[in-house]
Amino acid sequence: MHTVTVTQDEVKKIAKLANLKLPDNEVELFADQFTKTIEVVNHLNEINTDSVKATYQINGLSNVTRADEVDEKSVLSQETALREAKKTHNGFFVVERLIDSDAEELI
Amino acid sequence: MKQLHELTIKEVLDGYKNNDFTCVELVKHFLNRIEKYNPKLNIYLALNENALEQAAVVDKEITEKGITRPLLGIPFAIKDNFLTIGMETTAGSNILKGYMPQYESTVIEKIKSAGAIILGKTNMDSFAHGSSTETSDFGPTLNPWSIEKLPGGSSGGSAAAISAQLATVALGSETAGSIRQPAAWCGVTGLKPTYGRVSRYGIIAMASSTDSPGAIGRSVEDCAIVLEVISGKDNKDATTSPSLIERYSKNLEAPDLRGVRIGIVKEYLLSNMRDDVKNLILNAADKLRLLGATVDEVSLMDPKYAIGVYTVIQRSEVSSNLARFDGTRFGGTRDLFCEETKRRIMLGTYTLSAGYYDAFYKKAQAVRTKIISEFDEIFKTYDAIIGAVSPSPALSVGATKNQPMFGEMEDVLLEPSSIAGLASVGLPCGFVDSLPIGLQITSNQLKESIAIKIADCFQRHTEFQLFPDLDKTL
Repeated sequence: MHTVTVTQDEVKKIAKLANLKLPDNEVELFADQFTKTIEVVNHLNEINTDSVKATYQINGLSNVTRADEVDEKSVLSQETALREAKKTHNGFFVVERLIDSDAEELI
Repeated sequence: MKQLHELTIKEVLDGYKNNDFTCVELVKHFLNRIEKYNPKLNIYLALNENALEQAAVVDKEITEKGITRPLLGIPFAIKDNFLTIGMETTAGSNILKGYMPQYESTVIEKIKSAGAIILGKTNMDSFAHGSSTETSDFGPTLNPWSIEKLPGGSSGGSAAAISAQLATVALGSETAGSIRQPAAWCGVTGLKPTYGRVSRYGIIAMASSTDSPGAIGRSVEDCAIVLEVISGKDNKDATTSPSLIERYSKNLEAPDLRGVRIGIVKEYLLSNMRDDVKNLILNAADKLRLLGATVDEVSLMDPKYAIGVYTVIQRSEVSSNLARFDGTRFGGTRDLFCEETKRRIMLGTYTLSAGYYDAFYKKAQAVRTKIISEFDEIFKTYDAIIGAVSPSPALSVGATKNQPMFGEMEDVLLEPSSIAGLASVGLPCGFVDSLPIGLQITSNQLKESIAIKIADCFQRHTEFQLFPDLDKTL
């Protein structure tokens, strides 16, 4: 039985993976809630799935392809593509600095 | 004499044909009602400023060409996770406040091609993460039957729009329950098509392996008419089914259900369900028998396992889908996510992370296989299964507070069919405590015709299509 207590440290680690900043009170709250949620999820261990394959795609479709051709109707103009961004520069999206930044070490 | 807001799609089209009223008159009628009742109910987040102008164009078309399109001049309420060009689309979240879509959802393109008029965008649980519409960043929608109650969710705004008669028909989407449950709590009809029957292109994603756009309306007939228009393979959504679209709107008005075999799922009449709710479902089963169907008790896996499967799969897929909201190309920064959204993203990140992927995600998908094969087995003998939509009638405003799994618990009876991508109709089957109760009629993948036939026959032989008197409720 895979019993799990989700610790506050784990919550902090997950928050980093998910690129979410959590105030301290939420870290504690989530640790407690996740532990309870995992308890519910752990009921799944009561079902034997030893020789059962996972289903990822429920309508049986696979390898649905299209011709490698540009459909102009599906292409956004640069102006439209940039329109909703908060920061643009000379027709580019502006992103936060990643290289040579002071960001904490990546997990 | 029916009032304009009480008309079905067919009645509106007939009214146009017979010059009983114009599209401008109908749209204006709804806009007046919206102005009067929306402030209290908080159903619409935004209205289409060009609705009357578009209605005038429809009137011209009717005069010149007659009714040549299936949804010509039909006023729609659209859940705010469908991208609509020219109208703000927020998915009920502050992170998309002010976002003007840069492309349009395939479903919206289809209803527009069919002549529909969009009245406005309806409220929903933020990113569809809920079964109450209470997690919306823009306040809850109230249930038109009782303003102390929630309308359900996540398509609560759309369901309430039909119940409050603020649109002829509505669009919603279901990941696990989000069409059928608000339809049940609001006493209206909801149709969740087979996964892949309707394109998800341009609909803000929740769980990519179960999201199913569908219709919410006054009747099974109206939902079927809309389904026929919105169905179909879409090259922009590789998960859409290549299966031919059936004439869903023509599979109606069956005089009886002779030869139809229905299973009533014993486990969907939960032990902790109120007796009065159970009785309504058992009465519905009796009614179906009177109509000629065979209704046998059948047994499926305890739905509690579906909660585990659904929680893991949905939250995992949510964590992936919501990674795109980084505030770079559109929208605000991730600190604007509400608590429920953060919770779901994080749980999903956890279940997909190294060390836990096999124990949770893979395990859930294996149990999913078992749930699907169990349904396949049942549908070898039965055309459809029935049960309650929700364990209880609408809950009160505030019920979701401090309930980290509120949504998944509420939707326990709907998760199995959603996980398996089945087709299902939710329709009213009675009242308890003066609040509506919903019945689900579920068929195998791509067999929505049979669920529609059964639901339509049941609906025509019962009188549960009721709408609240808003002047009394508000």
